[in-house]
Parts: sequence; C-alpha cells; structure tokens
Amino acid sequence: MLIKTGIPTPEDLEKVYPSEERMLKGPVAIIECFQKIPCNPCTEACKQGAILPMKDINDIPEMDFEKCNGCGVCISRCPGLAIFIVDRSYSEKEAIVRIPYEFVPLPEVGQKVVGLNRAGEELGTFEVKKVQSGGKKNMTYTVWLAVPQELCMEVRNIRLGGVTHGE
Amino acid sequence: MKQTEILVVGGGPAGLCAASAAAELGADVLILERDSKPGGQLVKQTHKFFGSKKQYAGDRGIQIGDFLLEQVESNPKVEVWPDATCLGIYEDGVVTAEKDDKHIKIKPERIIIATGAAEKALMFPNNDLPGIYGAGAVQTLMNVAGVVPGKRVLMVGAGNIGLIVSYQLLQAGVEVAAVIEAAPHIGGYLVHASKIRRAGVPILTSHTVKEAYGNDTLEGAIICRLDEKWQPIPGTEQDIKADVMCLAVGLSPLTELCWQAGCKMKYIAELSGHVPVRNEYLETTRPGLYVAGDVSGVEEASSAMVEGRLAGISAALSLGYGKDKAPQLQAEALAELKELRSGPTGEKIMNGIMKLLGKEGAAC
Ligand SMILES: Cc1cc2nc3c(=O)[nH]c(=O)nc-3n(C[C@H](O)[C@H](O)[C@H](O)COP(=O)(O)OP(=O)(O)OC[C@H]3O[C@@H](n4cnc5c(N)ncnc54)[C@H](O)[C@@H]3O)c2cc1C
Ligand code: SF4
Ligand code: SF4
Repeated sequence: MLIKTGIPTPEDLEKVYPSEERMLKGPVAIIECFQKIPCNPCTEACKQGAILPMKDINDIPEMDFEKCNGCGVCISRCPGLAIFIVDRSYSEKEAIVRIPYEFVPLPEVGQKVVGLNRAGEELGTFEVKKVQSGGKKNMTYTVWLAVPQELCMEVRNIRLGGVTHGE
Repeated sequence: MKQTEILVVGGGPAGLCAASAAAELGADVLILERDSKPGGQLVKQTHKFFGSKKQYAGDRGIQIGDFLLEQVESNPKVEVWPDATCLGIYEDGVVTAEKDDKHIKIKPERIIIATGAAEKALMFPNNDLPGIYGAGAVQTLMNVAGVVPGKRVLMVGAGNIGLIVSYQLLQAGVEVAAVIEAAPHIGGYLVHASKIRRAGVPILTSHTVKEAYGNDTLEGAIICRLDEKWQPIPGTEQDIKADVMCLAVGLSPLTELCWQAGCKMKYIAELSGHVPVRNEYLETTRPGLYVAGDVSGVEEASSAMVEGRLAGISAALSLGYGKDKAPQLQAEALAELKELRSGPTGEKIMNGIMKLLGKEGAAC
C-alpha cells in the first residue's frame, strides 16, 4: 500500500492513467500524485489548461488529457517529482518515458542506463535520447528514455551505476 | 542600552517575514539570529518547496531564504545582527543577548519570538555512539559544510524530514540502507516517499530501533517490527549494517524564552509540545510579546512566513503604524493561513490551534 511502502498500487495508478487511445496519439503527462497536500505549482505551470485549476490548494491534481500537448513544462516545476510524460507514438516497439532527475552525474545522450520501476527494481538497460535542463534556477533535469512499449508504464527512474540502495 | 521599536528573536522564515512586514509599515526593527547566516531551516533545504506561489512553491528552500534575507537587508528600517543569541527577557522589558562574546542589553517596545523548533531524541541502548546524528546535523554537514556524514545510513523516521534528508543523502552519493518508521503509516508526503522508494530505498513502517551497536563508533543497529499497540514483536529482529544513523523523529517548539518571559504555556500534542497561549493575531499572554512560526506549533515554512507577516503587522499596528492598511493586511494573512491549513494535513494543526485558543469544536 502506498501509505505503508511509498509504492503506488495498480488501483492508485489506474485512476490517473489516460486512455489507451490517448496514449497512442502522442506524448502525454501522467501525474502520480495521490494525496491531498497543500501544493499547486503544477496547475500554474501548464499553459495549455490541461492540469485543471484547483478549487482548494489541497486538491489532488486533475488532468484534461485532450488538452495536454506533452510539452513537459510541468515536469520540472513539480516539487514532488511526481509528473512523468509517456510518448507511445515514438516507434512501434519503443516508447519514450520522460523522467524528472536531480542527481549528478547527468546521463549523456546515447548512454545506456539502468531503468528502475516504482520500487527501485531493475527492469533492464535503456538508451537516453535527450537530457533537458529545467533552467538555471530550477535545476531539475528531464531525462528522455527509450523503453520497450510494454515497460512504458513501469519505468520511472534511472540509475547510472554507483551504489544500489537497500541491499 | 540598545533601543528598538520591535525586536525579532530568530532569523528564520518567520522572523525575516515578521521584520519585513513591520518595517514596511514604518516600524524600526532589530533581528537577533544566533547563527552566522540568517535563514533558519531554509539554509539547509536544497529541495523544492510545496505550497502556493504566494509562498514561493516550486522554489528551493535555500533560494527562498536568500530572497527573504535580501528583502530584509534592502529595508533601511531593519537591522540584522547575526551571531547574536538572545539570552533572556525580563519583567522590566529588558532583553539580554550575547554577541561577539559581549553581553548586550536591549530595550524594545515589542518583541516577536520566532526561535523555531528543536529536534527530539530517541531512547535506545547505545544511542550515544558516534555516528548517530539528528537529521538537522546531517543536513548541516552535507548542505552547508559539504561533508558527507558516512557511507551507509539508517534513517529513523518517515515524516517529511526523514524522507527529504534521505533523498538529499542519495543526491550526495551516500547509501541509504532503509527508512524505518514506528507508526503504521508514512507520515510525510507520499510524493517524497515514492521518490526515494523508486531509487530503491525500502521504507519499513511499524519498525523501530531496538539497539545500536559498535565498538568505538556505530557499526549497525538491530531493528524490529511493532504490533498495533506499538510493542516489539519477538523474532522480527533484523540486523542493519550502517555507519550512520540519522534520527528524524520530530521537532518540538523551542520555547525557553517564552517560558522565561512568563507567557502562559499549554501542552498541545497537535502542535508538537508546549506552546505559548496566544490570540488570533499571535500576541501571547504577555502584552507586547508575539510569537510566529515553529515556536508556536511545528508546521511548515509556508505557514511560518505568513505567521511572521501577521505578527509583524500586528506588532507594528499596536505601535500606531499602518492604521489604514494593517487591518486589511491582517485579514489577508489570516485567510492565507486558513487556506494552507484547510486540507487533511492541516487539520491536525487547526485542531491544535482551536484547543490553544480555547475554541474546541468551534468553526474557525
Ligand atoms: C528537512 C526539512 C525539510 C523541510 N521541508 C519543508 C518544505 O518542503 N516546505 C515547507 O513549507 N517547510 C519545510 N520544512 C519546515 C520549515 O523549514 C520550518 O517549518 C520553518 O523553517 C520554520 O520557520 P521558523 O522561522 O519558525 O523557524 P526556523 O527556520 O527554525 O528559524 C528559527 C531561527 O531562530 C534562531 N534562534 C533560535 N533561538 C535563538 C535565540 N535564542 N537567539 C537568536 N536566534 C535564535 C535559529 O538559529 C533559527 O535561525 C522543512 C524542515 C526540515 C527540517
Ligand atoms: S506536458 Fe505541457 S500541456 Fe501537458 S500537462 Fe504538462 S505542462 Fe500541460
Ligand atoms: S506540483 Fe506535483 S506534488 Fe504538487 S500537487 Fe502538483 S503534482 Fe502534486
């Protein structure tokens, strides 16, 4: 259970996923933020109106997936690092997952890195396609990772070598 | 004797905002900060903050601290004394402080106490072994001095502080063996928990430290599971090797000055300990003495900033400044506080404040 382990359950996730049809059309933001907390920078970050305005700052963010163009502005603004972008239109076999990243060293384009799931378990090595800066002040980077289509809703972190935690 | 209209004790977010607000209405303010750099807890916070834009959400704590300090320093009505520790507040209104090894007397017309909170400790055998730190010390080492505390850390406490400091340890390249939490649930924000979990750090709820061990310094700890009544379950012991244990088991308001100044105090569990009784505008039972931030109930930087502003405005108004603007500004601050505390995480704080104001059960 999320509140005991920090790992969202399939039921939690089901509530925030876009439809399969929308996923296949192109990049779309997925907000994995499940708890009422006093926070709203995501709503202010989205200029497309895809993240609906909150009535109360404690509301859980809600998406209008049709309005989301996958621009990615929201990813680096979220202090919870809870927003990811998945693009299933990338190729027949592969999808792009865009992941917020705040570690050094940064991966390089073309580098193969370990992809991790929401429990930090290794899912394989995948190629980095792009590394985007969130700006000098923001300092959160977005890493674009090409992963097999079937893993695009599983891969949520990367590791570049170094220590493996919790073993 | 040094004279000032408003004396602010503590240069954290609450104190800095109190000073700015009071000075903007025209009052002369002196801030005493015992540290060499004002900013309080913000100086150590490298992560992005929550809240709304009004409280700089999405910016990093350290950036917010610098911004608040600039705001204060650019106001000629505010004087900031770093490395100055307030020692006592006396019946005749004289305040004493230690600065540059000198004992100084100050005579303010109003006082705002914004001293923040202190870390709680945890009892278990060998809790005095070198290598066992409070979370604040670990943060100061890493984020202020740039020194990693060790190689492998056992984090105790899954509140926001434990989760955030774990994340900062990962960022510094330190291994985090596990985060353990005695309560059955993660207390901090789940987005912070998910962030470290997907980096591979296990979060073990209903777990506590049974004992620490090591020859000269910490080598590891025996942890065990707790049942619903918080009793250790025999046979669930696990040996976790770690050269650092980081305790993040909560804060309690740093209220010595309030006690000594003769403020009426009340124990309120929701506010994390004994806190001074105060009115809606943050004036305590000692007239002219206000409180703001964690000292009046452990909460967040966002609410500390707004409380600071409210105390600053109220103190300035009581001296006759801003008679036209102040009531409106007070109402705005109260509305912001209400909004911040309106969700489930703020409910506990609201209950605590209601108890403190003696309005249990009443609507805010
Ligand atoms: C790890 C961590 C993460 C956090 N993350 C967030 C977050 O994401 N969002 C959020 O809103 N909040 C966060 N907080 C909470 C926030 O930092 C505090 O609630 C806030 O700093 C409280 O402000 P304050 O001004 O009341 O106290 P403090 O920031 O503690 O400042 C008190 C100041 O008073 C000084 N002082 C104390 N006694 C004396 C004395 N006798 N004389 C002179 N000076 C004195 C101290 O040196 C200190 O500078 C976090 C806290 C921690 C520890
Ligand atoms: S990706 Fe762009 S359009 Fe989509 S929600 Fe985020 S900010 Fe809005
Ligand atoms: S900014 Fe991030 S953490 Fe805050 S509400 Fe939006 S998604 Fe949740």
